[in-house]
Amino acid sequence: MTLLGRTTVNLVVGISVLYTLLPVLWLLLAATKNVDALFQSDLLSLGDFSFTDNVKNLFAMDKGLYSRWYLNSVLYAVVGAAASAFISVACGYAFDKYSFRHKEKLFGLVLAAVMVPQTVLALPLYLMASEAGLVNTFWAVFIPVLFNPFGVYLGRIFSQGYVPDEVLEAARIDGAGDLATYFRVALRMLGPGVVTVFLFQLTAIWNNFFLPMVMLSDQKLYPVSLGLYQWNSAASVSPEYYPVVITGSLLAVLPLILAFQLLQRFWRAGLTAGAVK
Amino acid sequence: MRSKLACAVLMAPFFLLLTAVFLVPVGTAVWLSFFGADQPGLGFGPERTVFVGLRSYVAVLSDPTFLNSMLTVVLYCLIYIPLMVVGALTLALLLDSGVAKLRSWAQMGLYLPHAVPGIIAALIWLYLYTPGISPIIDLFAKADIRINFLGVDTVLPSIVNIALWSNLGYNMVIFYAALQAVPREVLEAAVVDGAGPVKQAVRIKAPLVRAAIVTVTMFTLIWALQLFTEPVLLNQSSPMISARFSPSMYIYDAAFTRNNYGLAAAASVILLAFTIALSYGVTRWTNRRAAR
Repeated sequence: MTLLGRTTVNLVVGISVLYTLLPVLWLLLAATKNVDALFQSDLLSLGDFSFTDNVKNLFAMDKGLYSRWYLNSVLYAVVGAAASAFISVACGYAFDKYSFRHKEKLFGLVLAAVMVPQTVLALPLYLMASEAGLVNTFWAVFIPVLFNPFGVYLGRIFSQGYVPDEVLEAARIDGAGDLATYFRVALRMLGPGVVTVFLFQLTAIWNNFFLPMVMLSDQKLYPVSLGLYQWNSAASVSPEYYPVVITGSLLAVLPLILAFQLLQRFWRAGLTAGAVK
Repeated sequence: MRSKLACAVLMAPFFLLLTAVFLVPVGTAVWLSFFGADQPGLGFGPERTVFVGLRSYVAVLSDPTFLNSMLTVVLYCLIYIPLMVVGALTLALLLDSGVAKLRSWAQMGLYLPHAVPGIIAALIWLYLYTPGISPIIDLFAKADIRINFLGVDTVLPSIVNIALWSNLGYNMVIFYAALQAVPREVLEAAVVDGAGPVKQAVRIKAPLVRAAIVTVTMFTLIWALQLFTEPVLLNQSSPMISARFSPSMYIYDAAFTRNNYGLAAAASVILLAFTIALSYGVTRWTNRRAAR
């Protein structure tokens, strides 16, 4: 390729990377500023470094609500995503290894569920939760996020790819029951698939905003996303909330970046499986 | 594999969830959309739930704020989806061309925003759109350009930008993975035929990852039609965004601000039907193009 072509390619990629990175860098720098410095938007001046103050204020604000929200988010996301991954992958495995009547129709229903907007389900879910006395409880947010039809789709693909039928046949000849085979043999081979589905769902739950907004009125049950939303609406009246919201946002981003870094090779495999078919 | 029981045990938890948080709610939404609260007499006595037929649908479809919200989301899709698909595909092709330097670093940088929760992405950009805080507005001001990101004409592009920023890298990784799966012999044949790098990318590589393009377009469409988080957050700061800006916001407003469940349910069913019809359209259209 010509030199001009090479330069153009690298220039376009470089500008795109700046576009994606600079807002995160802004968040990082803004988290070190107090209110006054923030409004002078003098981000690069080193005269003011209030990061530790901001963190202190963040955890002290409204009697330490933020740590409560953070804990809630971790609970909703980690426990929810783990449970959801095991449920979805088990179902996807069964779709792959067993045959029964109307199997493909049933799988079609699972795929159709992927298409349905969350916001369409919110009102009926709210009414059902209200009927069951679950509105404004942990369960109102926790149960619906366990449902992950895309995870079943991925589970089926992973099962096709990672679990050879011969291995299952061998286990059967050894006299192991189907369930024992699944839990002792197949699940181990499905490990990377479970991690991928877990990561996707972890992101989805950590991002979850609409459902908690509908279901929860008790601030103590909020996940970080909803809590920050509420504090941001307070910021327009009392600007001392701005540094708190910014610092809180920064701390809320870290766990996912960490998870993606640590588990990189898994989600890359998952994305490929989802796209290439 | 023999045991029917084992199969049922493995599938039961998921299908229990499917019934409880998907089938029953969809059924409830449809049912609710045909019923309404009727106040007997002069508003005295208990409310009764009565069958109202298509009344809620007529009410929604003749409500200018709902039609406006649909128009907004259609316009949003028309700007956002082409930008997203073309942008992500272009970046993937550039990274795949073998010319780009520091490829894995670039990928990681592009992917990073996907790890930022939607509400926080919206928060970051809201601040970058806010005069006084935003270094971008300051920069423009130094060049004597006054720009209002949350004005009447700019608010929709501003929302598109947030969504683009969040998802560009994610979709790029999907395209890149699909490109890596293209057999190298196919590409080598094209090079022998004398195709230049641009022609090679557009004429040969892009059609080979058609399946990935369809998948990305579908998911982007379904996701875009639910538009909620970004406008709800910007609604706190911009008078240009009403409480019924998008269909999802309309549903939320009808259900939880006005407590009109029939209206909210009818709007939900319309949004659902619209989503299914459009997704079906995309599949049909791409299949026909493939057949050609």
